[in-house]
Amino acid sequence: MDWNSIFVTTVKASIGLETVVYALAAIGLNVQFGYAGLLNFGQAAFLGVAAYGLAVTVATFQLPFWLGIVIGLAATVVLAFLLGIPTLRLRADYLAIVTIAAAEIVRLIFRAVKFKDVFGGSDGLQSFSGDFYAMNPYAPGSYGIGSITFTERTMWVLTVGWILVALSCALVYLLMKSPWGRVLKAIREDEDAVRSLGKNVFSYKMQALVLGGIIGCLGGFVFALGQASVQPDLYGTEFTFYAYTIVILGGAARVFSPVVGAAIFWVLLVFIGNTLAEAVGSGVIPSSIMTVSQAGSVRFMLVGLGLMLLLIFRPQGIFGDKREIALDAR
Amino acid sequence: MHADTTTAKKEAALAVFAGLETEPGVPKPDPILVIDKVVRRFGGLTAVDVDHVEIQRGSITALIGPNGAGKTTFFNQLTGFDTADAGSWTFNGKPMNGVPAHRVARQGMVRTFQLTKALSKLTVMENMRLGAQNQRGENFFRALIPGSWRGQEDEITERAEELLERFKLAAKRDDFAGSLSGGQRKLLEMARALMVGPELVMLDEPMAGVNPALTQSLLGHVKNLREEGMTVLFVEHDMDMVRDISDWVIVMAQGAVIAEGPPDTIMSDQRVIDAYLGAHHDAPMSVEEAEEQLHEAEAELEAEIEEKA
Ligand SMILES: Nc1ncnc2c1ncn2[C@@H]1O[C@H](COP(=O)(O)OP(=O)(O)O)[C@@H](O)[C@H]1O
Ligand SMILES: [Mg+2]
Repeated sequence: MDWNSIFVTTVKASIGLETVVYALAAIGLNVQFGYAGLLNFGQAAFLGVAAYGLAVTVATFQLPFWLGIVIGLAATVVLAFLLGIPTLRLRADYLAIVTIAAAEIVRLIFRAVKFKDVFGGSDGLQSFSGDFYAMNPYAPGSYGIGSITFTERTMWVLTVGWILVALSCALVYLLMKSPWGRVLKAIREDEDAVRSLGKNVFSYKMQALVLGGIIGCLGGFVFALGQASVQPDLYGTEFTFYAYTIVILGGAARVFSPVVGAAIFWVLLVFIGNTLAEAVGSGVIPSSIMTVSQAGSVRFMLVGLGLMLLLIFRPQGIFGDKREIALDAR
Repeated sequence: MHADTTTAKKEAALAVFAGLETEPGVPKPDPILVIDKVVRRFGGLTAVDVDHVEIQRGSITALIGPNGAGKTTFFNQLTGFDTADAGSWTFNGKPMNGVPAHRVARQGMVRTFQLTKALSKLTVMENMRLGAQNQRGENFFRALIPGSWRGQEDEITERAEELLERFKLAAKRDDFAGSLSGGQRKLLEMARALMVGPELVMLDEPMAGVNPALTQSLLGHVKNLREEGMTVLFVEHDMDMVRDISDWVIVMAQGAVIAEGPPDTIMSDQRVIDAYLGAHHDAPMSVEEAEEQLHEAEAELEAEIEEKA
């Protein structure tokens, strides 16, 4: 078995594109679900709308890159209002139902044959990231330590991505230390109590939904630019569920937990996946037990098992506060 | 000196009510809240149907009535937590029907809940701070600049500390509210309501589920509100307490106000007797509640005996 290759891919995964994208999606979700208690099951749509906003503007309509970014942001805000206005006055579960359905509608529109001229159907869109890579300050070459290296293109995406992650964390940190964050945390617990103290609960929930959507939308940009393409099926419901897994893994309502959660999630996924593939490929695990194609599914089973164990033995997540969970049991 | 002002305020309040008729809807000299024809139906059930009622400013008014009389539902209409099918009411002369709950609170009409709503995962101090109004740091953009709200936060904290001191919760300031006892939560909820700076405080069963030792202190706090110039409207089952602290009593039964009067004589009013005897839930506390209290008392006695042995 090639342990060196397993090691290299695992280390790269810990700071790689998926980790950045999922960290941003999860930071946004943490604002909505972790702090404000909003069940947004459509986070994938927020990333998708941003990614497509950028890609359609540049690839389909040949408009400038920065206009694409503005349109992506605007589309995210519009989506948040569309989902929030009818549901945020209702019980919490309505938002969950509406967002999960809306996310699927958005994905199906992106991949619809009818709109192939605009959204590119199931193949998606390419050739919109030229301007982004034209700004690349890294000279062509390979960057890294030892055998852990990235190309100049990946370096550029990861640099921008991690700066966005850091800025988002700083933003969430400042907000959650403030009276604004206090209102949000109070809403998560009991909306009526907060109303009785003169706070406009609807407005705060809307602000949280928009903020979480915008942070997620940054992930959508990074995802699209990192892959230099957008494809509708990357923004399916399982994307949202991974983001939830990451939030819960790290511990909800902690500033850095989505980032660490995302890194751990991808490291586990890549490590287990590669180890299994290597073991099957080199005959350590005989093909009568598992084939290479089955290894891909088995890794999800093992990651799932690990998460179950985590929630059994550490229900508050990695960074969560045990005392808060104890209060729930009262 | 404190005792003197107490009697002065109480006497002033009582003087207003002296000689007032005991008919439902009797006009008061200086009403803070005037309610007209408020109706709330749940399907076929008319939970509230109040024709006219006025709440006198600067007094403690008790709202009593058998279980299911519609007292909580009535509170919900007035405070914007539920939408009345019909009716209108004014607070300080301003029409309030259709005004959402948070605006009602901002106008100075603040309520507490029958089922206590302490925010368990916030500390006692954070609960208190949440009550303060016009906080700069509650604006999204200013929240990002701590310098813009720190000063105000310090003032709020100071005010909260004074109140916590008064409500004997100062030692708990950094504990999660969820770790408090039932009675302490009631105290916290009341103190938090005061952080809003209300003119009218509406308490839904403030003494329910509170142990007798804390009841006295809660009663004291309610009386204090009047001393500070606030108006209190509260729902209560226990007639001894109603007699002790209220200046005027309004009786509801089956959604309607059936009588009003001074606390000493209201329970001998024939309409009130009929309402309580006619209702199946006539007892001030349910059989289960009474049994539970009995068990608790027994357990305490046993514990004491064991300690001595
Ligand atoms: N949300 C609701 N839906 C249906 N019926 C309700 C609702 N809220 C209260 N009721 C009914 O309205 C009546 C008055 O209830 P409530 O106001 O809680 O009485 P009280 O506080 O005086 O004990 C009761 O018969 C109760 O069952
Ligand atoms: Mg009630």
